Amino acid sequence: MNFICNFPFFSILLSLFSGTVCSVLPAKAAKVVNRVVIITVGVMSTILLLYLLSTGEAFVYWMGHFPAPWGNEIRAGVLEAGMALFFCIIMYLSMAGGAHKLYGEVVESKHSLYYILVNLLLSSLLALVYTNDMFTAYVFVEINTISACGLIMIRQVGRTIEAAVRYMIMSLLGSGLLLFGLCIMYDLTGHLLMSNIKESVGQLVTSGEYQIPLIVSIALMCIGLCIKSALFPFHAWLPDAYGYSTVSSAAILSSLVSKGYIFLLIKIIYRVIGFDIFNSTRIIDVLFVFGLMGMIFGSISAIRENDIRRMIAFSSVAQIGYIYMGFGMGTQAGMVASVFHILSHAATKSLLFIAAIGLTDVSGGSRKFIDLTGAAYRNKWAGAAFTAGSLSMVGVPLFSGFISKLLFSQAAVQVEGKMLASLIVLGISTVLNAIYFMKTVIRIYTPFSETGYSGITFKDMKGYCIVLVCFIVLNVILGVSSQPIVDMIEQGLAMFA
Amino acid sequence: MGPNLLANYGEAVAAILFCIGFTNLLLQTNLIKKIIGLNVMDSAIYLFLAEKGYIAGRVAPIVVNGVTSTEAYINPIPSGLVLTGIVVSVSVTALMLSLTIRLYTRYHTLDLDEISAQLKKEGK
Repeated sequence: MNFICNFPFFSILLSLFSGTVCSVLPAKAAKVVNRVVIITVGVMSTILLLYLLSTGEAFVYWMGHFPAPWGNEIRAGVLEAGMALFFCIIMYLSMAGGAHKLYGEVVESKHSLYYILVNLLLSSLLALVYTNDMFTAYVFVEINTISACGLIMIRQVGRTIEAAVRYMIMSLLGSGLLLFGLCIMYDLTGHLLMSNIKESVGQLVTSGEYQIPLIVSIALMCIGLCIKSALFPFHAWLPDAYGYSTVSSAAILSSLVSKGYIFLLIKIIYRVIGFDIFNSTRIIDVLFVFGLMGMIFGSISAIRENDIRRMIAFSSVAQIGYIYMGFGMGTQAGMVASVFHILSHAATKSLLFIAAIGLTDVSGGSRKFIDLTGAAYRNKWAGAAFTAGSLSMVGVPLFSGFISKLLFSQAAVQVEGKMLASLIVLGISTVLNAIYFMKTVIRIYTPFSETGYSGITFKDMKGYCIVLVCFIVLNVILGVSSQPIVDMIEQGLAMFA
Repeated sequence: MGPNLLANYGEAVAAILFCIGFTNLLLQTNLIKKIIGLNVMDSAIYLFLAEKGYIAGRVAPIVVNGVTSTEAYINPIPSGLVLTGIVVSVSVTALMLSLTIRLYTRYHTLDLDEISAQLKKEGK
């Protein structure tokens, strides 16, 4: 076996162990370790991705020399490696973009704890991406939840602790359902490895036995992961958790944590249940309806919000709705659109959070719209970045949001019965998006003569401005050269089957 | 359905307990009661696994008298899953309790709705 095949295992273990190492290091060293680990994992994922693209087939990696039905396995295909690489890029940029704010937001003595949590989060995300074993996935889902909860509450104010409690409650409900569904699935099939379960599920479906428990198990797993990824109407915890935690946490939580769960759901759909069997159940219709509702109600809540960060958080609810709408279409094209939207939303939402912090900083720390008037003149870089992010969210060509909307509409046209609903809601949602994002952009570019606030130039915050530029470039790359990425997603999904 | 339900009464009890725990975790406003609900919910899943893992007439998979036939022993994996699950649920319970303590020292109440009301009043 090629040495590169060890890379998924190395990246999980590296980030897990660096978390432990960070606990005894001073804050500055922990920061360096954190950055180095993210870059190393990113480089390893890139090499792995190139290797997989050249061989063209996925590989399975045994953990501990036990063959299939007994051992634990890691599996890597193009989509997994690409996702891991993308997660690393977003995580690095989010950490770098929020680094200057960390001193004001978190007590100095807790900085090394912050890096432990980030490393743990990275390792659990990587494990969710790579694992081929359902129970391992469950354990890492819980680790992910715990570290995400820590990331929310590391900024010690009343709001964040309450948000962390609410987040934990919803997450635990979700993981309880996931675990129960998983146990029923284990009883039905007698396996925990994804490929073995899929075989048994196929046999069960052809023999017509145990149909009801099978549907119950699939439904429990789906609902569990929907709750965890904040699909409407399970999003009550989200605005507080994203709105009041530190800026890096908000960017990471919105763009990575919920996406990790969604990616696990994609894996379950393809590798555990089987795409065709999943589509023959009525569950996709439920996901479709809730996705549509999320797209509208998330946007309406965002319009009514008077706080810029909570507004961005509510916009996440709408975007998660898009992703589930793609699942609900039940076609390959819908799935590709959803996976592309995962990338596009992650790149845009973290950009918006990081840019918003620059705008609020030059407005006396206030997040109310009235105080943000003219903020883009005081911090030109953040203003430009926020505008770019808004345009991408609304779906203007050149930016990534346009491509995902295009893919969704193309997918919708092919689905009979769901075409009209998807297209109408897509249209309404785009208009609603435009209302609240353009409202904000106009607000920050409204000239304002008050001189009470000091402006910020490139020289003051070089790192921050560079991060914003990187985010915009990432967005434009996703938007302009989307075809190779879409091809890669298609290839990756084909490898899943 | 009737005879199956009777034969699998353990699993049925586990499912009912799961629902009780789930509802408590979701609907109680008192944080401690929520955490109790969480534990009931998790324990119900372990009961379910233990029920499913046991086969009448077989013993725990530890070879004592040289009996190596697989027919003599139960499947060890469900028990292993229960152990792993317990570890996970202990750690999340500890985390929830520590969060509860923090909220209680700040707001002197365990009622989540009341805490939210106080936060709104603070307006931060």
